[in-house]
Amino acid sequence: MTAPIEVSGSEVEAQPDAVLAGVDRKAIQGRSLGQIAWLRLKRDKVALGGGVVVLLLILAAVFAPVLVKLLGYPPDEFHRELIDPVFSRPTGAYGGIGWDHLFGVEPINGRDLFSRILYGARISLLVAFLATLLSVSIGVVLGMAAGYFGGWVDTVIARAMDVFLAFPLLLFAIALVGAIPSQASIFGLFELKDNSLRIALLIFIIGFFNWPYIGRIIRGQTLSLREREFVDAARSMGARSPHILFKELLPNLIGPILVYSTLLIPTNILFEAALSFLGVGVAPPTPSWGGMLSDAVTKQLYPIAPHFMIVPGLAIFITVMAFNLLGDGLRDALDPRAR
Amino acid sequence: MKRTKTTVGVALSAVLALGLAACGGGSDDNGGGGDGGGGGSAFDAAVSKVVNPSTKTGGTLKYVITDAPDSMDPGNTYYAYNWDFTRYFARALLTFDPKPGEAGLKVVPDLAEGLGQPSDGGKTWTYKIRKGVKYEDGTEVKAEDIKYAVARSNYTDELQGGPHYFTQYLAAGDYKGPYKDKNLDDFKGIETPDDHTLVFKLNQPFYEFDYLLTNPQTSPVPKAKDTGLKYQEHPVSTGPYMFENHSIGKSFALVKNPNWSAATDPLRKQLVDRVELTMKVTGADIDNRLLAGTEHLMLAGTGAEAAARAKILSSDSLKKNADNPLTGFLRYAMLSTKVKPFDNIECRKAVQYALDRTATQGAYGGPVAGDIATTALPPTETGYTKYDLYATPGNKGDVNKAKTALQACGQPNGFETNIAVRGDRDKEVAAGEAMQQSLAKVGIKAQIKKYPSGDYSSQYAGKPAFVHKEKLGIIIAGWGSDWPTGFGFLSQIAHSKAIKDSSNYNEMELEDPAIDKLLDDGAKTEDIAQREQMWSQVDKKIMESAALVPFIYEKTLLYRPPNLTNVYFHLAYKMYDYPSIGLQ
Repeated sequence: MTAPIEVSGSEVEAQPDAVLAGVDRKAIQGRSLGQIAWLRLKRDKVALGGGVVVLLLILAAVFAPVLVKLLGYPPDEFHRELIDPVFSRPTGAYGGIGWDHLFGVEPINGRDLFSRILYGARISLLVAFLATLLSVSIGVVLGMAAGYFGGWVDTVIARAMDVFLAFPLLLFAIALVGAIPSQASIFGLFELKDNSLRIALLIFIIGFFNWPYIGRIIRGQTLSLREREFVDAARSMGARSPHILFKELLPNLIGPILVYSTLLIPTNILFEAALSFLGVGVAPPTPSWGGMLSDAVTKQLYPIAPHFMIVPGLAIFITVMAFNLLGDGLRDALDPRAR
Repeated sequence: MKRTKTTVGVALSAVLALGLAACGGGSDDNGGGGDGGGGGSAFDAAVSKVVNPSTKTGGTLKYVITDAPDSMDPGNTYYAYNWDFTRYFARALLTFDPKPGEAGLKVVPDLAEGLGQPSDGGKTWTYKIRKGVKYEDGTEVKAEDIKYAVARSNYTDELQGGPHYFTQYLAAGDYKGPYKDKNLDDFKGIETPDDHTLVFKLNQPFYEFDYLLTNPQTSPVPKAKDTGLKYQEHPVSTGPYMFENHSIGKSFALVKNPNWSAATDPLRKQLVDRVELTMKVTGADIDNRLLAGTEHLMLAGTGAEAAARAKILSSDSLKKNADNPLTGFLRYAMLSTKVKPFDNIECRKAVQYALDRTATQGAYGGPVAGDIATTALPPTETGYTKYDLYATPGNKGDVNKAKTALQACGQPNGFETNIAVRGDRDKEVAAGEAMQQSLAKVGIKAQIKKYPSGDYSSQYAGKPAFVHKEKLGIIIAGWGSDWPTGFGFLSQIAHSKAIKDSSNYNEMELEDPAIDKLLDDGAKTEDIAQREQMWSQVDKKIMESAALVPFIYEKTLLYRPPNLTNVYFHLAYKMYDYPSIGLQ
């Protein structure tokens, strides 16, 4: 599913020549690594564009209820008066697209596509973000442990990664989501049921099985970092492992972690869409982009109502594209040698 | 009976029914009369008359199918299309009259000389078979071959594909079937006093036994040629066509049978030279081929898909070559009377009143896909009468009546429940969403639960223990009968004895002694009119219980290429009468 992404070079060094042009000497004083990266990113208009789109998407998802109130209709409300009963498709031109329904209406029942896309964004982004957080957390912890301690720890973790990478994830996901009960308690702490349980499970499956990709990258980075002089220095001054791991190594790993996370999010959006497309996503009528695509295809409605497929398809496309552009720009900014 | 691979048909329990030559209620929308008068092409024309009547011979008639038939062995198939198609090469003892309209529901003799002669109060049935009927190799058909065919298709572990009504009705003791017990005389359910007489011995009076014999299981199989499951490669023909080649799962071709004679077979013709079937073609591709005229018929008879449907309906020249008949299927939701709060009839009534039936109709594809249903029996079955116990304005639901019912149920603010659907049936999911939306208006919060269709009745919705545990108050499903009668349709979904621990189709778990008694007594009633009357009463009692929420009487859109001759929709098989079709 996810191709390991090559993030080479870790230590983020200022590149005075690259940054200096047009900047007076005073300003350089006291500039942090982050500031330098931000300066580089600002010059990358494409990445910036991606970033703006991502920001807008997040805002749209967060404020979906407000936007829908202003511009659309409740996502589950039927508008059968807008549907031609014989052909099941919207009577209006271009799928009923107009000021009333910005993206048109769904065939069969006439639900407002605009509000369904917005509410679908909430599911897609929520699952993608949390799943990414989960894989990155596991990957960073285990990757650093493997790289830093080496020996049997490394062997065990590296083999575990191999096992996870060889796992038939999609098949497993389908089987697992198909078999879940309607409610369950997580470690006896809180009860989850129906859709919240399904979302939690989606996050778990997507997140838990994707950690080896980032785990390998972090392990490699740690392996090379731990031989560096500053680590030796810290150790010779009596620093113990936790200090070295969290105070010396982790800050130097922030770059690859940030880049990889940004690139993992779109992959996870696609994976969530794929699962919904295969019918193991959230339960209807909750909208999700993959589910909407799946509806268009399985109901054989795309030839008579193409907007039904194009609108959610475009939503997925634009989101994934924006995240990827941002991620690429971020990588370039944090590690200019990778250009 | 099955229409598609995933539709589970009636299992081997009690069904049957018979009766009736004339369909009770009449299918208003499907024209009725059907006197066989021919005519030109028009939309829905083939539903009530023969389109393009002709005696022209020659040509190759080409069938296509999306998957593959379960088996071409007449004794091992449970698909309606195969009960129709196998008549090309397999002559059963009795069959349905090959005529359009309600005349097609009449049982007529095929291999037999006449209908059954009952004696011993309906427990013994005697049939004489025609003399001079030959197999494709020229040997004569004997009564014992029919006895053997029934034995192999109903009493062996190998052939499990078809229904097992004979096992249920014949007095055969614990006969082990002809593969384990080589002596056919041990099969006491059927006696053959001579080569042209068959005597069926029943374990209970059953006046409507004739319907059982229309199944291709009663077409003769010579014991020497029986190869068990492999017999489907080349079933020995008694009809006008025989297998030329058969590549299982891919294709086969039928050619004229030189030993068939119109003198012993008044029902069939030998118009085309060849009949071919190509398997495993996608649905959209089939529609395109039919519209282009390169192939002629879709064997499964399930109709055009959405894209082709839109194309056909929006073009007058295509539309006049299409039919929109009822399929005999009822699509519905059952309310589980054992799941709270649906144990209270008022809560069930609230659902009946709240439901916008135009929305569920839309979910299945609108008026072309089915008429709004208000009864338990579809108009294709005997005993159907038109009425509507839970009428709402424009069929759109009545919030006030629903709220009144909720009040009476003691749940004035509504309640929470679950809707079970087959997750891979997008129309059922859409129907679930439509129901959810209607119910939300009166405060009933329903959560949709998707289950795989393969195990839907064995593991999920058809397993009462699971239904109770998961609180599946509403179960969406559909039903079609093996025989077009009220008893055949209702006994499996409404009789308390039909409730099973698994593969249960009485998903509402309705246990009404009055319904049970009407069904039991009806099967033993000789008078046809009286029997139909009883089926109507069962229908009304089911609707009074409010546990069955009918959505639509399913319809399909069939396309018949204009070069086909003698095409008409056969009401008993619910698709075109295949063996009658010729080419221009």
